[in-house]
Amino acid sequence: MPAKPQAHRASAAETAPKKIDVKDLSAGFGDKTVLRSISMPIEDKRVTAIIGPSGCGKSTFIRCLNRMHELSPIARISGKILLDGRDIYDKGVDPVLLRRRVGMVFQKPNPFPTMSIRDNVVAGLRLTGSLRRSTTDQVVEKALVQAALWDEVKDRMSDPGGSLSGGQQQRLCIARALAVDPEVLLMDEPCSALDPIATARIEDLLHVLRNDYTIVIVTHNMQQATRVSDRTAFFLTGDLVEMGSTDDLFTSPRDPRTEDYITGKFG
Amino acid sequence: MQQKRHTDREYEAELSRVRDNLLRMTGRVEQMIADSVRALLEGDVPLARRTIEDDHKVNRLEVDTDDLCLLILAKRQPLGSDLRFITLAMKMVTDLERIGDLAVNIAERAVALSGERPAAFAAVLSRLAELDQNQLREAIESFVTRDAARAEKVCASDDQIDKLYWQLAQEAQKDMAHDGASLERGIHVQAAAKFLERIGDHVTNLAELVIFLVRGKDIRHLGKLES
Repeated sequence: MPAKPQAHRASAAETAPKKIDVKDLSAGFGDKTVLRSISMPIEDKRVTAIIGPSGCGKSTFIRCLNRMHELSPIARISGKILLDGRDIYDKGVDPVLLRRRVGMVFQKPNPFPTMSIRDNVVAGLRLTGSLRRSTTDQVVEKALVQAALWDEVKDRMSDPGGSLSGGQQQRLCIARALAVDPEVLLMDEPCSALDPIATARIEDLLHVLRNDYTIVIVTHNMQQATRVSDRTAFFLTGDLVEMGSTDDLFTSPRDPRTEDYITGKFG
Repeated sequence: MQQKRHTDREYEAELSRVRDNLLRMTGRVEQMIADSVRALLEGDVPLARRTIEDDHKVNRLEVDTDDLCLLILAKRQPLGSDLRFITLAMKMVTDLERIGDLAVNIAERAVALSGERPAAFAAVLSRLAELDQNQLREAIESFVTRDAARAEKVCASDDQIDKLYWQLAQEAQKDMAHDGASLERGIHVQAAAKFLERIGDHVTNLAELVIFLVRGKDIRHLGKLES
């Protein structure tokens, strides 16, 4: 797929409709509160970066967005998360179907190591029981092309997923997430285990994917946030301190706590 | 304003070195303005020559500071106010170096006058030099104390320097028109005054950069840029 990043990059000031609207979200585990009254929009077909120090609640936040947080037996959550206007925590919402709409890529590439590359891509479809044999090949190719991996694996589709390099494995995981045709892609530190070249490939891919998907990325790498995102939210000890256009937040943040964090002053 | 320190002390030290270099450059060019104008007014050719020779120290500081800023950009990838500080430091050294060059230009006029004193224009030239030095000191103080309001006053006072220059330029023209023998002196005096006026412009640039550093807003060419 030809990359067409910059021409499609939205102006920092330009806002898009809300894909997700987080309202007064609090979450935690047992007695421990991890997120406090978070309210923020996530704009449609934009990349939103979540930054903040370890333990600030970044990962918990994105795990709330596809109801993975509740998989922990001691998890608790309150508030609303509206996806296209409907609360994903409504009783009638099936979490499995929700996770098809809101896919996730994790920090460490986690393909099924002994499963073939092809089967890895369709694993999500199999789990949600929506695989039609006649379309499998098309789905696999499309997802791998979107994940910028097709050219590297098209002649070795039966090789195990574990035979790929770390960067390729992460793109395979992205292909797996894309194969179920989600609307939102959550990425939790997707490049932290990758070398700079593999990281650049993922970042390049994000520039393209943002044309079709709403992306939320958690990253410790602030330079990465400046490169890939349109909007950035800064979390600190469970609070949303500041959210704004990435360009503004990294050059002239409004809140002194954001300034201290991005300039490396931790007290 | 109390500045919080960076957790990485080596980074903090690198930023301090940039700040120190800027202060040292400012001190040197301020001295060069004073010396060049004194050489001009007192017909002190040796002092003028020393001022010209001193310029290399400012140039050295410019190159060193640029190198340091480049290294910081490469190693630290600064953000927020650090990013604004480093990018403005790279611009400030250019303005400071140009101020040094202009002081050299004034000293060259003192050499060209070969000891002749432009007595009739001494008061205005002294006043122009004094204003330049004061504004330069104020600009750099506003930088050290991160005081945008103080920097704004520096920007506003450039008009006074411009007016004094035009006043002197008109008087020098009249002088040259009446007395053909004063032509060469008049040209040198007017040029020296023009250099002092240009120094005022560079000082205004410095003050504008300080406002950007503190407020994160670029006030240069306000209302004059196409949207």
